[in-house]
Amino acid sequence: MSGTFVGMPAFPRAAHDAVRDTTLRGNLRHATHTIRAKRAKAVAEVSDWAELREAGKRIKDHTLRHLDRYLEQLEESVTAAGGTVHWAADAEEANRIVADLVKATGETEVVKVKSMATQEIGLNEALEAEGIRAYETDLAELIVQLGKDRPSHILVPAIHRNRGEIRDIFTREMSEWGRPAPDGLTDTPAELAEAARLHLREKFLRAKVGISGANFMVAETGTLVVVESEGNGRMCLTLPETLISVVGIEKIVPTWQDLEVFLQTLPRSSTAERMNPYTSTWTGTTDGDGPAAFHLVLLDNGRTDTLADEVGRQALRCIRCSACLNVCPVYERAGGHAYGSVYPGPIGAILSPQLRGTGSEIDASLPYASSLCGACYEVCPVAIDIPEVLVHLRERVVQGGPATREGNKVVLKPAKGHAAERAAMRAAQWAFTRPGVLRTGQRLASRTRRLHPRTLPGPGRAWSGTRDLPAVPAEPFRDWWQRTHGTGEDGGAK
Amino acid sequence: MSSRERILGRVRRALADAERDEGPYERAVERGYLREHGGRSTAATVELLAENLADYRAVVHRCTAGELPAVIAGLLAARGARTVLVPPGLPDRWLAVAEAERVPDRSESTPHELDRVDSVVTACAVAVAETGTIVLDGGPDQGRRRITLVPDHHVCVVRVPGQVVSSVPQALERLDPLRPLTWISGPSATSDIELDRVEGVHGPRTLEVVLVSGGDQ
Ligand code: SF4
Repeated sequence: MSGTFVGMPAFPRAAHDAVRDTTLRGNLRHATHTIRAKRAKAVAEVSDWAELREAGKRIKDHTLRHLDRYLEQLEESVTAAGGTVHWAADAEEANRIVADLVKATGETEVVKVKSMATQEIGLNEALEAEGIRAYETDLAELIVQLGKDRPSHILVPAIHRNRGEIRDIFTREMSEWGRPAPDGLTDTPAELAEAARLHLREKFLRAKVGISGANFMVAETGTLVVVESEGNGRMCLTLPETLISVVGIEKIVPTWQDLEVFLQTLPRSSTAERMNPYTSTWTGTTDGDGPAAFHLVLLDNGRTDTLADEVGRQALRCIRCSACLNVCPVYERAGGHAYGSVYPGPIGAILSPQLRGTGSEIDASLPYASSLCGACYEVCPVAIDIPEVLVHLRERVVQGGPATREGNKVVLKPAKGHAAERAAMRAAQWAFTRPGVLRTGQRLASRTRRLHPRTLPGPGRAWSGTRDLPAVPAEPFRDWWQRTHGTGEDGGAK
Repeated sequence: MSSRERILGRVRRALADAERDEGPYERAVERGYLREHGGRSTAATVELLAENLADYRAVVHRCTAGELPAVIAGLLAARGARTVLVPPGLPDRWLAVAEAERVPDRSESTPHELDRVDSVVTACAVAVAETGTIVLDGGPDQGRRRITLVPDHHVCVVRVPGQVVSSVPQALERLDPLRPLTWISGPSATSDIELDRVEGVHGPRTLEVVLVSGGDQ
């Protein structure tokens, strides 16, 4: 994973600042609480949710277990359908491939539909360095790009901005990038959406190159799927002459039929809709309809290292619905930026340290950015046991041990005594001194016992050698904390 | 070593410990979920489609095959549409009494030209009742993907009950993955401002769905 968030402070420091930002906290709380209630309703509408979730998990697990075979099959079917497949071992290689493809068209600007993979590799910056301007077209991405900001949520990267702030950004910045915001723009969401429509229209209509990610790739047919709401995806996928899709290798499903699971669980779990407004599927190129050239860039960038970890590999099942962010009490208080990665929230806490390794302070502290409450696991439509992976990664940080980096087996040194350990401990302390966080989650304390049979997860292991700690979690953590740390007042973090 | 070989090699090494499923894929994944949610009569399925379309702010109209030309003409007139995009295989009689000037769906048209057209009329490939979704597959009566994207007003005709299925699994069974598909559930929308759904971003801001029944449509 490239250094997208250079100079990012470790989680506890960033979270500390975020908690003091009352606007940010208000924005996040409002947004996550709205979506939580709606999501629960959308999920309750389907009586077989548990079965869909189980099938989704199994499809993804099976695919991962045979990933080599399905990658080869996908390459074959995409090629047969008129596409060209490229392989990128890391961010740098992927950026190079895309920049060269764009240059070969002679164009100096591209339109982009929101894609986590291209954010992860820092594609926009890499293109900029080559004299190519990438226009983000998703409303939230546009807000982030115009505001010279960082994404803070998987699905709604500008979730930390309220309507007033968005109005100000549009009014101030749109003219720099193209059509200015309409005079007298107010902060009603409909007017803001209209301003974005007008601003981006001209760019869509003249675009010759589109760049996308994909939610799914079907190995047997070579079909790619993009799930979206606004229609900017359709614009990028159909109007340009050249389409370049950068997709993580874990996005494969074996068969067309498998989509019947994910096209039911993804919209309900992410935007709480029966179905999102637009879903596009395409297989290679189609004569006379849409781009004449299609390139698929298959991205590794730490995914195979993640796959090598028996416990951690389940993170690759993720379909990026963001439900785990929306229910997470730590995310709600700390905000997405504190995670120092394009993948924030619970999934970020297990994915970033695996994709990037646990060498940096921020990555070492991420597995501690959780109270292990388990709400993320409960909502996850592919049943990723995030607490289990967190505990596993805490052990890796504290005790060191075998891991895979860039395809090589390595033995990590324990973080003990290093800056990383201190960052991790501060993160743990940050989460633990917020009973508002803990209260939400304490029901899991007993559930995770099997994961840490003798000692406290993470900090327990690190601390028990030098500090006088009871053998947690025989006693629920929060009770222990209250007993040993007094009042249980909310620490100002509510 | 090429990156292809490098990545595939890493995958194989990473999976050295993993148990591989033997046998056909159909048996590898248990599918305990439903093919559709609840049993309904055909009429009730069409009714559910209408409800769910409307719930996501599509404007729903119902008529018989005989009434269809007048209904389409009425919708275009009410919109004040002077021009209408027409896929090559749209039945002639659908627009027989419409006054708007017809613009054929041609590969030479530029996006800017399409942007000046007021409306588009198409058929669909299938409609999904449980989700309120219409699916276009680029067939002759639906045209290129972009014609239902650039104009701001889309009139989509669904032949009921023949084109209506209950559920997403049933829809996928009917669709050909090799065709470019567009699944549409209501007009374009965004949830990007405080996670509230707001209609009307880049796709057509008005979606009208005509459920036409009976006769030779
Ligand atoms: S981990 Fe699960 S809940 Fe979180 S984004 Fe991924 S799929 Fe959604």
